[in-house]
Amino acid sequence: MHEWALAEAMISTILNTAKEKGAKEIIEAKIKVGRLQQIEADVLTFAFRELIKKTPLEKTQIKLESEDARFKCRACGFEWDFGDVANVLDEDEHEAIHFVPDLAHAFVRCPRCDSPDFETLRGRSVWVEYVKISK
Amino acid sequence: MGRIRKNFKVKVPDPRLAITDERLKGVKRVLVVVSGKGGVGKSLIATTLSLMLAKHGHSVGLLDLDFHGPSCHIILGAKNLMPTEKRGIIPPEVHGIKFMSVVYYVGEEPLPLRGAEISNAFLELLAITRWGRLDYLIVDVPPGMGEEVLDVIRLMKRGEFLIVTTPSQLALKTVSRLTKLLLELKVPILGMIENMRITKTKIVEECAEKFGIKYLGFILFDAALEESVNIPEKLLKTSFARNIRKIAKNLGEI
Repeated sequence: MHEWALAEAMISTILNTAKEKGAKEIIEAKIKVGRLQQIEADVLTFAFRELIKKTPLEKTQIKLESEDARFKCRACGFEWDFGDVANVLDEDEHEAIHFVPDLAHAFVRCPRCDSPDFETLRGRSVWVEYVKISK
Repeated sequence: MGRIRKNFKVKVPDPRLAITDERLKGVKRVLVVVSGKGGVGKSLIATTLSLMLAKHGHSVGLLDLDFHGPSCHIILGAKNLMPTEKRGIIPPEVHGIKFMSVVYYVGEEPLPLRGAEISNAFLELLAITRWGRLDYLIVDVPPGMGEEVLDVIRLMKRGEFLIVTTPSQLALKTVSRLTKLLLELKVPILGMIENMRITKTKIVEECAEKFGIKYLGFILFDAALEESVNIPEKLLKTSFARNIRKIAKNLGEI
């Protein structure tokens, strides 16, 4: 599961940041999960729990929050949610977007003008919104 | 009295940036094939060099970084392959090379990405691809000096650059611009390769000399090369491959 790779990346960046800031304790970390990448929250949570064992994150409260993926067409300005078009994609196309969200440009088109030239306004991938530390 | 602890909320950088070095940890050398100019034979050189190094017993990875026009899979004759998903993605092996390309996911579909989207896709691939232990990772970079070149420099800090050109004044002008940029950014340049030589000329050698970089040799124009694209065993027997072997020897790699 590539959720493990993403969890690993987030843990590294949280630990690096905490070290840089001279944290005594990492109290909380908030993870945002963009719906475009179609991450399995259960797998991500499980990977997190496993990977933080015996690290300074062991007692950290990990908060996960989903965010809808929203696109904006650069050609006509129309905005839409990934959820509005997700049902027309086949399994392989969903898988491609799952691994590399930007590959949506190969499969998704603006529902109004059919353009593939759109931007992802939000909800692209996973990221750490913040960590709460004590000094 | 003990010190009072204070809590702070702090911002965290993009998590993918924290893991790219880790993903390349098992790779001894990263060789980056660039030109600036299109159509000079970068993909053929990158792929043939990969095949040759693998044939000499090295563990080799090949990353086709061309999102708009991937072509290494065509040269390798790679079909019906997919990376394995295991705590990330593991590139499949093709003719002894661990090969990664966006083509696994987009097939023959056009992929109209703009700059920031290219950077994001590249970073995502770097963050999730597990190369394992490799003697060489060869990176085939598309033409231009935009996202792909700049991101290789930013994200693959151990990259050593191989500059490819043809002995055409048109190609050399662009190649010279890229060479200037690489020198300005102080990235290691292994040297310049002259491809598709038809008549004897010194213009590439002189260009390399002007920039103080090594001229690694020439590859003669091989009219029969097209017949070997798709068939790596045949490709390795071409005069093109023989010329690349000499260049690899010049580099001290085989």
